[in-house]
Amino acid sequence: MLRLFPFLFFFVLSLPVFAAEDDVQGESELISLVGQLPSTKLNKLSSLIEQIADTSAPQVRAILEPLMAGDLYYLKANKQVVSVSEDTNNQYQLIDVLSNEALPTVSKSAIKKVRTNNRLRGQIRDLLANLDLTSDQVDVRISALKLLLDKPNKAAITAVNKLIKTEQDSEARDLMSAILLVEQLENGNDAEKLSAAKQLSNRLEPSVKNALVSQLQKIPGSQQGGSLKAELSNAIDDIEQQISVFKLVENLFFGLSLGSVLLLAAIGLAITFGVMGVINMAHGEMMMLGAYTTYVIQQTFPSLIEYSLLMAVPAAFLVSGFVGILIERGVIRFLKGRPLETLLATFGISLILQQLVRTVFSPLNRQVEAPLWMSGSLEINPVLSITYNRLYIIIFSLMVFFSLLMILKRSSLGLHVRAVSQNRDMARALSVKSSWVDAITFGLGSGIAGVAGVALSQLTNVGPNLGQAYIIDSFLVVVFGGVGNLWGTLVAAMTMGTFNKILEPSMGPVLANIIVLVSLVLFIQKRPKGLFPQKGRAAE
Amino acid sequence: MDTLLNSPMIKKMSSLHVVIAILFISTLYVTVCNLFFAEGSALHVSDYTVSLLGKYLCYALLALAVDLVWGYCGILSLGHGAFFALGGYAMGMYLMRQIGDRGVYGNPELPDFMVFLNWTEIPWYWAGSDNALVMILLVFAGPGLLAYIFGTLAFRSRVSGVYLSIMTQAMTYALLLSFFRNEMGFGGNNGLTDFKELFGFSLQSPTTKLALFVATAVVLAIGYGISHFIVNSKMGRVVTAIRDSESRVRFVGYKPEHYKVWIFVVSAMLAGVAGALYVPQVGIINPGEFSPLNSIEIVIWVAIGGRGTLYGALVGAIVVSYAKTRFTAIMPEAWLFGLGGLFVLVTLLLPKGLAGLVTNLMDKLDPPSQGKQSDIENTPPVAENK
Repeated sequence: MLRLFPFLFFFVLSLPVFAAEDDVQGESELISLVGQLPSTKLNKLSSLIEQIADTSAPQVRAILEPLMAGDLYYLKANKQVVSVSEDTNNQYQLIDVLSNEALPTVSKSAIKKVRTNNRLRGQIRDLLANLDLTSDQVDVRISALKLLLDKPNKAAITAVNKLIKTEQDSEARDLMSAILLVEQLENGNDAEKLSAAKQLSNRLEPSVKNALVSQLQKIPGSQQGGSLKAELSNAIDDIEQQISVFKLVENLFFGLSLGSVLLLAAIGLAITFGVMGVINMAHGEMMMLGAYTTYVIQQTFPSLIEYSLLMAVPAAFLVSGFVGILIERGVIRFLKGRPLETLLATFGISLILQQLVRTVFSPLNRQVEAPLWMSGSLEINPVLSITYNRLYIIIFSLMVFFSLLMILKRSSLGLHVRAVSQNRDMARALSVKSSWVDAITFGLGSGIAGVAGVALSQLTNVGPNLGQAYIIDSFLVVVFGGVGNLWGTLVAAMTMGTFNKILEPSMGPVLANIIVLVSLVLFIQKRPKGLFPQKGRAAE
Repeated sequence: MDTLLNSPMIKKMSSLHVVIAILFISTLYVTVCNLFFAEGSALHVSDYTVSLLGKYLCYALLALAVDLVWGYCGILSLGHGAFFALGGYAMGMYLMRQIGDRGVYGNPELPDFMVFLNWTEIPWYWAGSDNALVMILLVFAGPGLLAYIFGTLAFRSRVSGVYLSIMTQAMTYALLLSFFRNEMGFGGNNGLTDFKELFGFSLQSPTTKLALFVATAVVLAIGYGISHFIVNSKMGRVVTAIRDSESRVRFVGYKPEHYKVWIFVVSAMLAGVAGALYVPQVGIINPGEFSPLNSIEIVIWVAIGGRGTLYGALVGAIVVSYAKTRFTAIMPEAWLFGLGGLFVLVTLLLPKGLAGLVTNLMDKLDPPSQGKQSDIENTPPVAENK
């Protein structure tokens, strides 16, 4: 009795709602139709479902979808039709399909499934698709239309024929006309086919191209010079040309995104190596530390994944920057003017840091989660879509680049850094604390590497070897761009990225990588000072 | 050790004699102990130890090659592992072809990996690789040619110092990537392995292992002799001068790039020979040998032993490799800490390596008034190339 009480309570509560909606003609019809669901035999169900769909009431979806999935039940006690939203330990969480209200959980014995079969499920799927075509929301309509274009069905196409006259949204109308044209291409007479082929030549959807190709194949080879044949192959050529243009655009975008990853990796090095002249082989490990900082932050605040990257950026800057300052104070300052020894010592540091991470976090890759706003993609047309994470990384790398540029060009720290790198003795004579500037500069470069690591954690596996993968590339970017020239680094990174991605489709990633490496080595032979060499006495 | 070094007999000898004497004595000792003392005897040296020592000697030869270019010419090559691996691959392919029809697929012409990848014939660059003479030629020519091309390009456009180091690293990295590709005909990521015999002697038999060890020792002695001769020749002095001040050498009228290419090629060939001796002793060669980390490890051997001394390179290679074998067995976690720490400590505290420690000691025991004459080897590099 106690368990029935909330049930009654809900029932009473829902009464006025029912009363209010009774005014709507469709609603009352729907209620009676739904009421028939539990008692209808399987072979009569088909027409009942059709009738339910025809009411086009807002609840239709809530009834048909669970029915298709086998989640539609009715209560044995009062034949109320419900859908199961969750079952745990034989306790079923129910939702009333008409009022969309949650009901108290019941055990399995209290409910019974509304049965369906495969044929009915197929029917429901089509009905749902058509339902989407008339949805209020434009994007629901559009995705239904896209689905229809891929898998045409007769009934829906007839519906589209009617709907196209009233459709307001231009994109949806566009898709509708494409669907009708494909239909015309497949089933029309020769003249209709001809005009359809002509009009379809600017569509990029793969199914349109497939339809055209299959039409072309249907024309027997012996038939000479048919204008339809010419038109079809013209249309296909047009489409292919457009697709290849968009593929190129896509590759360029991939190139820029790879370039911005390289930029992020190299930009800290452009400070430590380019401006200070210190060969920091542990630079990659600074990125690794940044990536692990992201991981630690996500582990510490598991509920704030959405903000974890925002928190990780300053945290990684501080962590890597701090380690960088330690390295500078502890090792590098004793090796001033001995670049090869610096190289070896920092390499040793990189080994130690890698092993440290291995010992602390395990040698396996760690999973860094992507916040929701980083996933998904921006679809520009059927062949070109841009993933958000790549887009954000391009933007982020440019932001980092320009803020670094600002620091170096506009702040007093930047002034000191440049002064020390150009003429240490003179700068000291003018009361610049050169050793302090060294430490801060190295910290800055390392910190930026840490920030790059945050971005990389979204793209690659976070593991002890994360840094190693980028160290050679980053050095090459800095050398290619011209040491000590931030703009050179930008241009070099983007050039390398784009070059790599343009080569990739035709020769595979490994060979493309090799070719880029070899051509860079050759370029450096030709112009040892890089793309934009420093001029004047500072260069010596 | 101190008293030994201090004895007048030792001092009269040049490092060449000492090194060859030590090599000879230890090889003899190992051979005798391996052959004539039964297993279980305190003096017995196991077959495993013999091939381990053979491996160390290959490393020593490799370190010698690096010391020749780095210690004497100031070229810090971070890509010498590539030459080593190329020599190894030439030997490996010869060994593959010796397997003949005893492979898994039983193809008399093609090695297993080629059958597996549906190759129908031996690619042109492996033509004749079943001939021992061609193999020996390849061991020299492969690394030599690569070094010649790379060196000519780099030194002619006066790429030096750190830039050169990074480029050598990029070179070995590019080779690493290429050798991983199955299409290249180098066995892909599995590399070449499963060797059966060398010149008709089974590689599994203890006698062959011992013979390989002795051969490595002999080659190392020859290599040491050649290097010693080079650095003490007139040419070697020019090379050392280039290390200390390249522009001055140029102004005097020499062409530094010619000398640099020359010494680079010699060094690459030495490394190639080391690789060729290494492969039959460890029984496998794969693209991992190209990894930049390996090349850098060679550099640390030389740095720890003391660069610019030749014998320092041998000591460094053997000591560090031995430490690695022991450490990775006892506590594998600590090895990278140890190696990394060695890098830092040696560069900070022991810029001249163990050899520098020895000379300092000798100087202390024996005040420099007596002087040392033939001592260009021990002169520290005056200035690095920037």
